[in-house]
Amino acid sequence: MAEADNHDSGLALQSVSIRLGERLLLSVDTHVAPGSVLTVMGPSASGKSTLLAFIGGFLDKAFSASGTVLIDGEDMTGKSPQERHAGILFQDPLLFPHMSVGGNLLFAIPSAVRTPSERNSIARNMLAGMELEGCFDHDPARLSGGQKARVALARTLVSEPRALLLDEPFSKLDSALRQQMRELVFSLARERGLPVVLVTHDPADADAAGGQLVTIG
Amino acid sequence: MQKEEPLFRIARLAPFMVILLLTVPVLAGLAGTILPAFSYLPALGGKAPSPQAFRAVFAEPNIARSMALSLWTGLASTLLSVLIAAGVLASGFGTAGWTRMVHLLSPILSVPHAAAAYGLMVLIMPSGFLARLISPEITGWQNPPDILIPGDPWGLTLIAGLVAKEVPFLLLLLIAAMGQIDAARSLQMTSALGYGRLAGFFHVLWPQLYRQVRFAVFAVLAFSATAVDVAVILGPNAPSTLSVQLVHWMNDPDLAMRFTASAGAMVQLGLVLLLFAFWLALEKSVTMVRRHFAKGGLRFLSDRIATGTFRFAGWLLALATLGGLALLAVWSVSGLWPFPDAMPASYTFKAWMRALPAISGPMATTFEIGFLSAAIATLLCVLCLASPLSGKAANRFVDASLALPLLVPQTAFLFGLQIAAIKTGLGYGLTALVLVHLVFVMPYVFLSLRPAWKSLDPRFALVAGALGKSRTQTLLRIELPMLIRPVLTAFAVGFAVSAGLYLPTLLIGAGRMPTITTEAVALAAGANRRTIGVYAFLQAAIPFAGFVLAFAVPAWLFRNRAGMRAA
Amino acid sequence: MKKLLAALSFSLSLSTTAFAADPDPANWPSVLEDAKGETVYWNAWGGADNINAYIAWAGGIIESRHGVKLVQVKLEDTATALAKVVAEKAAGKNEGGSVDLIWINGENFASMKSQGLLLSSPWAEKLPNWKYVDADGKPTVRTDFTIPVEGLEAPWGMAKLVFFHDSAKTKAEDLPKSAADLLAWAEKNPGRFSYPMPPDFIGTSFLKQVLSERVADKSKLLAPVKEEEFAAVSKPLFDYLDRLNPNLWRKGKAYPQNYPDMKRLMADGELDITFAFNPADGSAAIAAGELPDTVRSFIFPGGTLGNTHFVAIPYNANAKAGAMVLADFLMSPEAQAHKQDPKVWGDPTVLNLAALPAEDKAKFASLDLGIATLKPDQLGPALDEPHPSWMVRIETEWKRRYGAGN
Repeated sequence: MAEADNHDSGLALQSVSIRLGERLLLSVDTHVAPGSVLTVMGPSASGKSTLLAFIGGFLDKAFSASGTVLIDGEDMTGKSPQERHAGILFQDPLLFPHMSVGGNLLFAIPSAVRTPSERNSIARNMLAGMELEGCFDHDPARLSGGQKARVALARTLVSEPRALLLDEPFSKLDSALRQQMRELVFSLARERGLPVVLVTHDPADADAAGGQLVTIG
Repeated sequence: MQKEEPLFRIARLAPFMVILLLTVPVLAGLAGTILPAFSYLPALGGKAPSPQAFRAVFAEPNIARSMALSLWTGLASTLLSVLIAAGVLASGFGTAGWTRMVHLLSPILSVPHAAAAYGLMVLIMPSGFLARLISPEITGWQNPPDILIPGDPWGLTLIAGLVAKEVPFLLLLLIAAMGQIDAARSLQMTSALGYGRLAGFFHVLWPQLYRQVRFAVFAVLAFSATAVDVAVILGPNAPSTLSVQLVHWMNDPDLAMRFTASAGAMVQLGLVLLLFAFWLALEKSVTMVRRHFAKGGLRFLSDRIATGTFRFAGWLLALATLGGLALLAVWSVSGLWPFPDAMPASYTFKAWMRALPAISGPMATTFEIGFLSAAIATLLCVLCLASPLSGKAANRFVDASLALPLLVPQTAFLFGLQIAAIKTGLGYGLTALVLVHLVFVMPYVFLSLRPAWKSLDPRFALVAGALGKSRTQTLLRIELPMLIRPVLTAFAVGFAVSAGLYLPTLLIGAGRMPTITTEAVALAAGANRRTIGVYAFLQAAIPFAGFVLAFAVPAWLFRNRAGMRAA
Repeated sequence: MKKLLAALSFSLSLSTTAFAADPDPANWPSVLEDAKGETVYWNAWGGADNINAYIAWAGGIIESRHGVKLVQVKLEDTATALAKVVAEKAAGKNEGGSVDLIWINGENFASMKSQGLLLSSPWAEKLPNWKYVDADGKPTVRTDFTIPVEGLEAPWGMAKLVFFHDSAKTKAEDLPKSAADLLAWAEKNPGRFSYPMPPDFIGTSFLKQVLSERVADKSKLLAPVKEEEFAAVSKPLFDYLDRLNPNLWRKGKAYPQNYPDMKRLMADGELDITFAFNPADGSAAIAAGELPDTVRSFIFPGGTLGNTHFVAIPYNANAKAGAMVLADFLMSPEAQAHKQDPKVWGDPTVLNLAALPAEDKAKFASLDLGIATLKPDQLGPALDEPHPSWMVRIETEWKRRYGAGN
């Protein structure tokens, strides 16, 4: 019981192990406190991304997993992805190409926020906070690489996630930009008290994150 | 456990609907053809199974020649189509004229077989446009030369007509497949290794591409060996191909010929299986040859002549189809146009004025059936793709049912289906026609939409899910809008297939639900060439309009979204 | 086959008694009443657009006058309509069939009549407009290819085999005057003549024309074929074709599909002599801009085949009353006069002009039959059609001998 109390906030992974057939890909048992980062490192194809899929609720049926995921003490195992509110960022920004920049954000804002003016101002404020003011009506395809990455982050944050899952989100950025994005993501996560799981093969990412480190493969 | 959303509970049924809608008509029709083939059809007095009908087939005069002709034209046109499609792709991919060629594909593909065949005929026959262009100035011909085209004994005109239609079909599928393999970089790699364009393509890309279009190649093989409308217009008529013979037998007033027709349909099925076996052997030997050359490492660096020839062949085929169609349009407004005049002596809209009142009914029917069958097929296809069946066996079953109508010759199940349609009381009506059209429309809609759907990055849906959106919201607001172009294109493909269907419409509609295509083929037999021009032009224009819409609607909707441009 | 027919006629005798409520044309007002609101699916050869346009015209009139809707089911071959009735019978559909009216004669009529596939109570001679039909002057309206019509089909038009040539290309004095002449002409002008490929109706008719001219004993043709005599009786025809075919267009390796196809080939400069079963066909083609106005017609002075074409109602037709209303309208002086206009179709009438009211007579008199149409008295004698079994037998023999022209 005392153990559970400890995990009332943040992300808890209790005896999580993921297998592909007979092969054990990874096994984790840890707690990620709000605002802190768990970094999972390993070579490509080691299966490290499956941990994010398991937490997010979209693990491919080819894998078998056991263990429990708790977010702020709530058991997420067996819930659908949309019930988990685990924001995810991939190495590609994956902005929806048929919507404007603002449209991408509006789509992400929870439907509990009802009035259009309120939704609009949330989106505009978030964009302004990322030095993207004036981009609301822009076509996402016409943004620079760094701008796209920030819109993707902004889109995730306006959806009011309870945890942040990062799948090598900095690997496609050039080194100057990479540094900026790392700082932005980690500081915003700290500011908002979001537990973060970062999957990467870049040791510099792990250094910048500064939290627990799990190495697999 | 997660709760299933209502839309997806319905979507889970879609694959079973697809299987049902495809297998029931085909298998029931097949049974309805097999039984009379073995002389069993109590209503017509055939009560005891016997091989009598097969004996009757083989006793028909010149039957061996008809069979040989079907085998030869089917095999030769498929071989040529595959070769030219692959060659055009290998020689043209990434070159300056490539995008222009790709843009021509959909319009060419949307031209129904009958219209394309007729257009080709008025282009190349001895009194056709090409001969008129150079007569009498160059040739000295005051009368057209007495040369057997179309209908040459080797079926070369028929083969040309089939190739002109099958090359764009295969090419379109090959281009879609190119998107799924890393084609451009593979080609850079082989040329860096010093291989010529064609050799590099043949060694590295072709094996991967062929695997993806293999099924379509078999469908082309089955279609080419059994086509009726093209063979009627371009094929030899003394004797004609087995497929044309079969329809004659089926329509013979002598009841006993029904048995012969059914047995003939089974013989045709046998021929198609024979072709399949031959093709399998051919595939094996091509692989062996490729491996042999790969070991030798020959580079074939100087392939300028070959690539040039392929590019020329590609343009020639495109020109033949579109030029033939343009020529029919001229015919439709021509007055007297005697040989050897290159252009009509006078122009008149008489043919249009006369045809238009009569054509409105068939046009409406074409739209109705085409819209309904394409819409149902597209909807089912989207639902299937949005909610894939778990389990490989189930998916394989869907694939097998989609393959069924493309691989089983039409006659083999349509004959039986016709009787079933009358028996169930569905005969002649819109419902029966839409159901039958679905059998042919669905495979092409799947063929068209599936690669595009699969090539959509699945992480977009993950992102939407992570943003808290339900699967239904994700489907309606992310996947469908992002895939609107391929979805509308699949619809247009389905519409074009439906609009061009001849034999199923004729047999199941019993001529009481004429479409623009059944009218056009009926007229091709002998009506005024001006009237045929009107029908052929409309026959091509209707499906083309579908493709234009499939292109224009997304282009307008997403005019400010660079990420939504056509690939 | 015989067994099959026996089984069929047995089942048919059951079915006809079961449906006694067929409309009775003797009580015409009740037929008109029944017909109102019906849709008649008329299965008619659809290969000539002037004919299709005429059918559409007739449909417009009966719809506005009698509330009967007409849909032409365009056939490539009339046998298709028979096949449909046969298929429906096989499926046990003895009511509400898909075919209401068939444009028919000869072989197909004989086949349907013998198989009991036609509306079995004689109806044609009870139609109101039958009184104008020239039953005495045109005996073929009652005898279709030697088969007694017995009121099972209503006459629609007269046919006579007539040849055409382009006077700008061929001189009238060089034209053949008999089948024998035609052979000599073809040998002198190879590749410039052909006939539609049997079993096309007009193609087989050409074969019958040659047979009728060359057969030793014409009476043999009026009776059903006797298999043991067939070889001997038909020998003159096939000897003729053995010599003619190599001199045909495309050396006999391909044939026109039907007579409009021959017309097209003449327009394209591929053929010098063509023929049709309609004396006004050349004029009609000139009026439609399909042939140059230098085309003229000619006949064989010794006579050419003549017959009548009809419309018939299948036993299981869905709109029998509507079909009768249409058949009656097609026989009316109004429809017949319109049909005989070469600008419309040019098909000769089945009516006795002398028996018509003055007003209708005037309609016919005012027709301009066209520059390429021979006057009725220039058309020469009409040869009798052989028994339909000859048509079938000649077709199969032709196919056996020349079907692989390649």
